[in-house]
Amino acid sequence: MREELLSVIEKNSRIALKDLAVILGEKEIDVANEIAALEKEGIICGYQTLIDWDKTSIEKVTGLIEVRVTPQRGRGFDSIAERIYNYPEVKTVYLISGGFDLLVILEEKSLREIANFVSDKLAPLDDILSTATHFILKKYKDNGTVLTTKKDDEREIITP
Amino acid sequence: MKELSRKVEAIKPSGIRKFFDLVSEMKDVISLGVGEPDFDTPWHIRDEGIYALERGKTFYTSNLGLKPLRQEISNYIKRTQGIKYCADNEIIVTVGGSEAIDIGIRAIVNEGDEVIIPQPSYVSYEPCTILANANPVIINLKSENEFRLTPQELEAAITNKTKILILPFPNNPTGAIMTRENLEEISKIIKKYDLYVMSDEIYSELTYKGNHVSIASIEGMRERTILINGFSKSYAMTGWRLGYACAPVAIIRQMTKIHQFTIMCAPTTSQYAAVNALKNGDDDVKMMKTSYNQRRRFLLNAFKEMNIECFEPFGAFYVFPSIKQFGLTSEEFATRLLKEERVAAVPGTAFGISGEGHLRISYAYSLENLKTAMERFRNFIEKLRK
Repeated sequence: MREELLSVIEKNSRIALKDLAVILGEKEIDVANEIAALEKEGIICGYQTLIDWDKTSIEKVTGLIEVRVTPQRGRGFDSIAERIYNYPEVKTVYLISGGFDLLVILEEKSLREIANFVSDKLAPLDDILSTATHFILKKYKDNGTVLTTKKDDEREIITP
Repeated sequence: MKELSRKVEAIKPSGIRKFFDLVSEMKDVISLGVGEPDFDTPWHIRDEGIYALERGKTFYTSNLGLKPLRQEISNYIKRTQGIKYCADNEIIVTVGGSEAIDIGIRAIVNEGDEVIIPQPSYVSYEPCTILANANPVIINLKSENEFRLTPQELEAAITNKTKILILPFPNNPTGAIMTRENLEEISKIIKKYDLYVMSDEIYSELTYKGNHVSIASIEGMRERTILINGFSKSYAMTGWRLGYACAPVAIIRQMTKIHQFTIMCAPTTSQYAAVNALKNGDDDVKMMKTSYNQRRRFLLNAFKEMNIECFEPFGAFYVFPSIKQFGLTSEEFATRLLKEERVAAVPGTAFGISGEGHLRISYAYSLENLKTAMERFRNFIEKLRK
């Protein structure tokens, strides 16, 4: 049940427990227990809402920063990553293979705030060798969901 | 003007047509009436079609279809059913499964031969039989048998003119399947009376209780079977119009003549895309099947909660609930459901008179859509029960 359960709620975390049990063909209590276990094991880490902020009047700017760092003896990249992810404005931190080390995604109200973050907070950190900042211009697809267009059902209403 | 073909004029238009006209005048209709997947064709398959166009693959293929595609079909049947069909002369790629049904019947029957058609079933077997100058013999499958074909029913329908048995499982519209045991039982009768079988397995990938078994895999059946399948339902490729038939070389040779003079070859772009579907599409099929199964459970539960009798279908993407308790015909029920609650479902009688008292409900829709539809359905039957 675990894999199928996860793939359903990954797409729709708001589905009612009753419906979830029905579509998985399981008992409600078993599904509830499984979800509790998944939360406890840290496999389910949270329930969020995917928002297309561009459709609101609220200004948000997303910056994507490539960071090259010197790994620390014994602790590798973990402690520098921690210093970065502790900033609340940092949404995502990944360790990446290839031309740079850490990918940092940042959400702010303006370009200036992102620039300030990089110059005041990120770049001065001791172990950081260099940063390259990219601004997101348009989000087409986020977390598996296409944001740009909503497609209508184009099928004929009745077919044999 | 001189009269048109009497034979064609005598054929009744599809029972769905009338409904379609009704629906097209209405707004805000939630449909449960389609017989095609709600998924888009997986991107890698579409991409392969686009790539074929980019490379200028815009010519006819051989009559039988692209060799690499026939090879992939051969591999697929071997892998799933353990049956070997030679890619050189035992497989023909057609314009949907529908074409294979048509040319298969035409290749086998002579005037006056009888074609046994179990119903409820897909709408084209009967007209194709008539157009081939043969006579349809209908077996009305029973809801108490969960719409399976029993050996008794089959034997009772056989005469000395019987030529072909159409075997439409997993079934549209009932969702019924035939297990290996069921197939073994009817195979004895088929062999006893030396019949051909046209096994329409277009929904073979969509079964929810064990894997589909083809009758061609039963001993002594391959030599007398035309196995029909296609890409529409399993890979969500309805609009690509691509199917195929596998049969012994003697039959394929005759089918190829009709195909060659009427169709020439199946669409080239679609054939290139289909090669990719068979090579790399297993995960997509699995994903879609899992999703259909969830919706199937949802609908079965919804009908159970409404106290509407519905046997559990293990194939295709339809449920076939009984509405007999309301004392309306299928057509009356479906018409009122549409007019009063704006839910479109197909009356069971569109698939044969034995569909009377049933509705075909398709679950090729999103869960949210099904949920709204079931709320409206509930409103409707509560009104009827008052």
